Amino acid sequence: MLLSVRDVVKTYSTADGPQVVLDGISLDVKAGESLALTGESGCGKSTLLHLCAGLDTPDRGRIEIEGTDIASAADAERARLRREAVGLVFQQFNLIPSLTVRDNLTFHARLAGRGVDPATLADRLGLTPFLDRWPEQLSGGQQQRVAIGRTLAARPRLILADEPTGNLDEATGDAVLETMQEAASESGAGLLMVTHSERLARRMDRRLHLRAGQVA
Amino acid sequence: MMAAALRALGGHWRRHPLQLLTLVIGLALATGLWTGVQAINAQARSSYAEAAVVLDRDALPRLTGELTLQDFAAARRAGWNVSPVIEARVPGTSLRLVGLDPFTSPPGSATAPLGETETLVAFLAGETVLVAPNTLSELPVGLSGTGVDGIAPGIVLADIAAAQRILETDRIDALLILPTPRDGLTPLTELIPGSARQEPAGEGGDIGRLTDSFHLNLTAFGLLAFAVGLFIVHAAIGLAFEQRRPLFRTLRALGLPSRTLTLCLALELAALTLAGGAIGIVLGYAVAAALLPGVAATLSGLYGARVDGGLTLSPLWWLSGFAMAGAGLAIAGGRSLWQLATLPVLAPAMPRAWAQARISTLRLQAITGVALLAGAAILALTATGLIAGFLLLGALLLGAALLLPPLLMRVLSLGARSATGPVTQWLWADARQQIPGLSLALMALMLALSANIGVSTMVGSFRGTFTGWLDQRLAAELYLYAEDESQAREIARFLEDRVDAVLPIVAAQANLEGAPGEIYGLLDHATYRENWPLLDQVPDVWSRLAAGEGALVNEQLARREDVWTGTHVDLGSGGRWPVLGVYSDYGNPRGQAYLGLDAFRDRFPETSATRFAVRVAPERVEAVSEQLASTFDLAPDRVVNQAEIKQFSLNVFERTFAVTGALNALTLGVAAFALWASLTTLSGMRVPQVAPLWALGLTRARIAQLDLIRAVGLALLTALLAIPVGIGLAWALLAVVNVQAFGWRLPLRVFPVDWIVLSGWALLAAAAAAALPAARLWRMPPADLVKVFAHER
Ligand SMILES: Nc1ncnc2c1ncn2[C@@H]1O[C@H](COP(=O)(O)OP(=O)(O)OP(=O)(O)O)[C@@H](O)[C@H]1O
Ligand SMILES: [Mg+2]
Repeated sequence: MLLSVRDVVKTYSTADGPQVVLDGISLDVKAGESLALTGESGCGKSTLLHLCAGLDTPDRGRIEIEGTDIASAADAERARLRREAVGLVFQQFNLIPSLTVRDNLTFHARLAGRGVDPATLADRLGLTPFLDRWPEQLSGGQQQRVAIGRTLAARPRLILADEPTGNLDEATGDAVLETMQEAASESGAGLLMVTHSERLARRMDRRLHLRAGQVA
Repeated sequence: MMAAALRALGGHWRRHPLQLLTLVIGLALATGLWTGVQAINAQARSSYAEAAVVLDRDALPRLTGELTLQDFAAARRAGWNVSPVIEARVPGTSLRLVGLDPFTSPPGSATAPLGETETLVAFLAGETVLVAPNTLSELPVGLSGTGVDGIAPGIVLADIAAAQRILETDRIDALLILPTPRDGLTPLTELIPGSARQEPAGEGGDIGRLTDSFHLNLTAFGLLAFAVGLFIVHAAIGLAFEQRRPLFRTLRALGLPSRTLTLCLALELAALTLAGGAIGIVLGYAVAAALLPGVAATLSGLYGARVDGGLTLSPLWWLSGFAMAGAGLAIAGGRSLWQLATLPVLAPAMPRAWAQARISTLRLQAITGVALLAGAAILALTATGLIAGFLLLGALLLGAALLLPPLLMRVLSLGARSATGPVTQWLWADARQQIPGLSLALMALMLALSANIGVSTMVGSFRGTFTGWLDQRLAAELYLYAEDESQAREIARFLEDRVDAVLPIVAAQANLEGAPGEIYGLLDHATYRENWPLLDQVPDVWSRLAAGEGALVNEQLARREDVWTGTHVDLGSGGRWPVLGVYSDYGNPRGQAYLGLDAFRDRFPETSATRFAVRVAPERVEAVSEQLASTFDLAPDRVVNQAEIKQFSLNVFERTFAVTGALNALTLGVAAFALWASLTTLSGMRVPQVAPLWALGLTRARIAQLDLIRAVGLALLTALLAIPVGIGLAWALLAVVNVQAFGWRLPLRVFPVDWIVLSGWALLAAAAAAALPAARLWRMPPADLVKVFAHER
């Protein structure tokens, strides 16, 4: 199994005591499969995604990526998994502001030790005119395409995306999503994507709805 | 409305107490170092003023020669308004004895207590002397004194007869010639044969003017420290404005007029001025109190000027402290206020946009820097006055500081281009992006480093040259001071077959090119031929000097009056001579000249030869001095060996530069603080910049490590650039400022090991400054990093 989440519990401590955000979540993502995660705002979608990426640790339960328990792994091991196995796309703040678009595109792949040709990638994502620009000189949609390009270039086995199209208009969002799905299926990667959009969710292989910290 | 706005703005400081602390400390440091230096200067000046009251004589013409009190009486009888003086050292101490006649001496506040009959009687009877209260304890046993405010420390005022008794002499040094109402009197030189009239000391002798250069140095240092402190304030204020940009936007959106907002921020700056200024003044007082003893030692070592060790608070420098703090904040905050008014409030708070907006600033900075350096180069070739010398220093330092950020940018982009790995590439690019935020701190660091290198190179060159010169000038092993001429003759006879050579030292006072100075007679001897450092000479100089064909002059006189070989020098009563050579004579403010011994005797037949330089094998020095002391019953201070004099001179030298060292260290400390403050405040804005890296699989430890490397690397680059600037600074100090201030020029010596050590310190300071922010990043809870992605800003 590419990604396996078992009985994960996550609690945040707040001013009014502990708040259980995830309460025994389980899910699986196979290679080449795409899974949409939906749910009301504040139901814990981002939290779950961050746990899967090893950016945070669950209070209880297991999260395995290719059989490695990411929850109990050391910081360095989790970092290695993110570098080599996982690709992350967030809603915003995806790009490294001090690097040009070209360097951002190739950054993750080079970290993972994989060669990449930015020109072909840029061509495919329609980013060729922007290669020498700085991230902030791009529109939100363009920035998001760079972020996706960066992830695709690294050829991760698991792509985790948190509302990657939330900031985009419908048409742009669709185009971006299409590119991502295409590339994922081409390389046989698994895709777990958080989205608010019913329409987009329907285009994925499976969908999962979160409510009150549990899979509904 | 205003109150609400102020509360909203003030909230920022509550949430960022460290930033507030940085700002106030920066301001306090800037104000403190500046006012401290001002306080020292003011204290020294008031001491000089007191000294001038006592030493008003310096401004009067005087009659010199072999005078006694009988001559004084004769001059008074002839109708001259004269007053006798004796100036000497109180035997066995470093105190200056001034003997005067209270009835004819020009009035001054120092002698005011003599208005009391009781004190006057005791004074006239030689039962008491007048000294500054804190000099009382330094009086030798057998001398009782009365403490008087208004006398410069280190000076002992005694009745003329009492002074004669203390010195065991019946001579007086001079008769001061006071304004005399009557004309047609017999000229004094006729009345008292063998005497000479001397006009008031000109440039060479005035303590105030001599020490001016020293105080100018101190002031320059104070300004430098102020500038460094200002960099801190500037950085902190800029950041506070930048971070509050969203708040400004919201306030404006809620209907706060832009003028009210500006007013609020100006009020905030005023409050900060008060707080920082007050702390700074207290700090300045502490700095001054701590440094004053060193400065006093320096001044007495360098110029023989004594400065009171205590500090008095004057309201003037309270005010000037606040004024400086206010001016500093206005300079530092003015730019931010201006930006606030001109940049669109809705400009996105994007770090790259911020950096990009500064690119044009950088270009302007580069152009200004180059222009200033060009100006410095022109000044280096043409500067003549002391002020021009300091302008040169200012232009050099400021120009170099302004050029630093553009140069760093260039170096970093070159580095980025050559980087191969993604992480190294990011490191270069990220360092580049941090430059605008760090540039002020780095500029401060460079100023401090180059000032350090410059001053220590100067001091090192000074020390090296000075010790070498001492070795040459003090070639003789023993120096003797006989009590009188007959004893001198006996000693000479006694030594004849015991030592290698006995060289008489004869000297007379004269006006050299119109200013008072000394003329020495020189016996032709290998000691001089082999050892004397000549800067300029005619061929065969020593033989021609011995033959009485001309004179040697010291460097000060040569530079001041432009008398070099090929010209003539007017030695007053010593005659007019071709210049045969110029010798270096460090540490002596006055003009000096040497004639061949015969020529000297010719001109000054009366001069007694009571001093000798004795050449003797080093291992016999001890024995000979013991023999001398026992045979002639000479007081220990009349037989001085060379090593003692050298040691004394070197001690004076070391003390002279002790203050400089302290100020150097302080400036470097301030710069390190600036770096720390900038890095710490920047680290708050750094989370969104490094969070993507973390998400892409770099550990926090690695990122923190890279941050540390970046800070140390930037400091290293800065230190490398500071070295040439420091050398330029040293050159300017040695070749321009010193020549103007002291009258001599020193060769530049470089000390690469010192640079390595200093650079090491700079790197250490940078690492220390970066350590805390890096550690914070390393220990940052992942949740904080995740937040970057989870929430909109
Ligand atoms: N660091 C934190 N400390 C405390 N509570 C938190 C923290 N982060 C998130 N939460 C809470 O956890 C819950 C889930 O947050 P999460 O960001 O996962 O929601 P989400 O489903 O992604 O919502 P949205 O669709 O709006 O992005 C929310 O109620 C939020 O307030
Ligand atoms: Mg979310």
